[in-house]
Amino acid sequence: MDRIYLDHAATSPVHPDVVERMIPFMTEVFGNPSSIHYFGRQSRHAVDEARALVAKSIGAKETEVIFTSGGTEADNMALIGTAMANRDRGRHIITTAIEHHAVLRACQYLEKQGFDVTYLPVDEHGKVSPADVKAALRDDTILVSIMFANNEVGVLQPIREIGELLKEHQAYFHTDAVQAYGLVPMDVNEHHIDLLSVSGHKINGPKGIGALYARETVKLSPLFYGGEQERKRRAGTENVAGIAGLAKAVEIAQETMKQKQEEYRLLRETMLSIFAESGIDFAVNGSEDGLPHIVNVAFPGTNVESMLVNLDLAGIAASSGSACTAGSIDPSHVLVAMFGKESERIRSSIRFSFGLGNTKEQIERAATETVKIVKRLTNK
Amino acid sequence: MIYLDNSATTKPFPEVIDSFVTVATKYFGNPSSLHELGMKSERLLTQAREQIAAALKVKPSEIVFTSGGTEANNFAIKGVAFQYRHRGKHIITTAIEHPSVSEPCQQLEQLGFEVTYLPVNEHGMVTAEQVKKALREDTILVSVMHVNNEVGAIQPVEEIGALLAHYPKTIFHVDRVQGISKVPLDMKKARIDLCTMSAHKFHGLRGAGILYVRQGIRLSPLLAGGGQEMQLRSGTENVPAIVAMAKALRIALEKYDKQIDYLHEVKQAWLNELKAIPEIQINTPVEHSAPHIINFSLKHGMKPEVFVHELAKSDIFVSTTSACSSKKKAPSKTLLAMGVGEERAESGIRISLSFENTLEEIPIAVAAMKKAIEKLSEVTR
Ligand SMILES: Cc1ncc(COP(=O)(O)O)c(C=O)c1O
Ligand SMILES: Cc1ncc(COP(=O)(O)O)c(C=O)c1O
Repeated sequence: MDRIYLDHAATSPVHPDVVERMIPFMTEVFGNPSSIHYFGRQSRHAVDEARALVAKSIGAKETEVIFTSGGTEADNMALIGTAMANRDRGRHIITTAIEHHAVLRACQYLEKQGFDVTYLPVDEHGKVSPADVKAALRDDTILVSIMFANNEVGVLQPIREIGELLKEHQAYFHTDAVQAYGLVPMDVNEHHIDLLSVSGHKINGPKGIGALYARETVKLSPLFYGGEQERKRRAGTENVAGIAGLAKAVEIAQETMKQKQEEYRLLRETMLSIFAESGIDFAVNGSEDGLPHIVNVAFPGTNVESMLVNLDLAGIAASSGSACTAGSIDPSHVLVAMFGKESERIRSSIRFSFGLGNTKEQIERAATETVKIVKRLTNK
Repeated sequence: MIYLDNSATTKPFPEVIDSFVTVATKYFGNPSSLHELGMKSERLLTQAREQIAAALKVKPSEIVFTSGGTEANNFAIKGVAFQYRHRGKHIITTAIEHPSVSEPCQQLEQLGFEVTYLPVNEHGMVTAEQVKKALREDTILVSVMHVNNEVGAIQPVEEIGALLAHYPKTIFHVDRVQGISKVPLDMKKARIDLCTMSAHKFHGLRGAGILYVRQGIRLSPLLAGGGQEMQLRSGTENVPAIVAMAKALRIALEKYDKQIDYLHEVKQAWLNELKAIPEIQINTPVEHSAPHIINFSLKHGMKPEVFVHELAKSDIFVSTTSACSSKKKAPSKTLLAMGVGEERAESGIRISLSFENTLEEIPIAVAAMKKAIEKLSEVTR
């Protein structure tokens, strides 16, 4: 059976060019960038080049990019690193109810350390209102962390407006761009972003690598100490192959951004029109103008577990939302924030996410199979 | 090319790269995903954990994957400190730890913890007796490295473990990054509670490491989020690098079984040659040192960086003390602690071997070293 992978938001296949780019750094140029000899220098050069490329993709300076082991580390560093380094200026943090757990759990940790965290609500489309951010701001607010786009429903947040209104406030502005990066243009200066998280494996790059952008004025204490790497902000022998692979993925993503946006929008329309024509009952979660590759759909009368099992049997890999809630299907905190605990939608929603290698034919087949399953499960 | 910088990083085994590429391209799923591809990744991850646990003779549930040795050391030190701070705020470590142990300790000092840094003797060693004397009612952690990365001195980890068996409230952490696959250590017998390893030091890939966490030890996580790694370490698992690490460990341990005598022979041959060079002083202790690290100093104020560059011209790669500190011109921390004096501590050179190095390389490399010394002496004269 030809399997159809529609879970690119959970993780994505590595682009063949990315693997190719990585291999020389495992075979020929395997040096430790801190070593002063030739191998070390070659490795250092690759890391510098990658840093320049990532910086350019978001309008940052090279010195403002810190390589991490992934999105989770970047988020933890942004939250805990700034909170710890700026606690003398205040202990209030603002975030939203629909952040990834890497942000939410870091916030919970900070609450235990005596910080005060405001979790802003979202509307039924999953959007945060800039007015709410403004109202929540206090003199002792040191950080506002709002994701660029949500990983479960794809909704884009009003980052520009929030950045604008934080311009005059001492609080740093962090955005978790793990899902949006590579698909949506972003510029840290235009959007007044101080910290931004990126993860390699969501953009056809390798796992185990990510980046945190931190504006040069941001005071940040490291999570990992020991060694001079990453200008003392992140110790540990640099994962040169991973960094080079990430850079290649970024390069490809930047070049193909427009094309992917159109492609995925088409796939999205294809899927939704098949659902509409079939006469099944369904509702799209999120907003029309969200990330093009994420389609989160509620199928009233079904439940997530049996939908997923049946889809998997039909060779279709989709998800209930966040893959990162390790294993169990707990009700999605994002859907709960959008629709409330009692809503039937939180038990009947499926996330399809498109990416590298998906074709229109695949989506047609996946949509048709989905329709069959929904009909079967709802006895229609 | 003669690569003698294996303590900085090793060349990945070809089979390791093959595993990485296969998993990265074919089994790229997220282990937390519930579909077929996700479950395949999950199975690969479980398998890697079981293989590594079996090789280390511990339980699979005691293996926590990290991004490397630095993360594992930070996690161990701070994880214990934050988890058990109510029990006490005293930590014992040594003066010669890797910065990824000593710097988190310094961070903890700023947060109100008290740290005792045990001095070492002229052989670069601490004793169990020293640990015993430093132990207090409120000591929550003892962190002692197995093999020192600068001079190769082996610490009496088993004896310290035996001592700490009488102090059930004190957790024992060992940085085994340099020792694994070169110097045997039975982690259960040594009663180790936490143990750090890093893939790229045993021919695996960078981006993967291990913290062994003995059953019953609780740690406050360093990375919060999706709850992967039994809630101890969040972040999408780097399955390709982890699978590759399991393979690297297996091969490295096989090489140990077959080639450890040869490695000792290579080291001895190196020592014999180096001792015969009058401009060189050997720093590595003759006894109780690992079979793959030789540290020596250049006499007469010869600059170690220049020596390293000079050798690199002949495609021979060595390093000045540890890779992490090789950019700044600071004296070697370990050499200073051994009491060799400032000048000798500033001119340290480290040769570090792997099972890939041969006896045949030695005459070539030694000739190049003698030439480099000649050139340097002309400059300094
Ligand atoms: C929005 C968002 N933030 C953070 C992460 C965590 O990134 P990583 O898996 O690289 O740790 C993810 C993915 O799991 C995500 O979707
Ligand atoms: C003894 C020791 N501990 C820890 C580390 C850090 O490991 P990693 O490079 O994987 O961060 C190293 C190597 O740099 C080391 O030699």
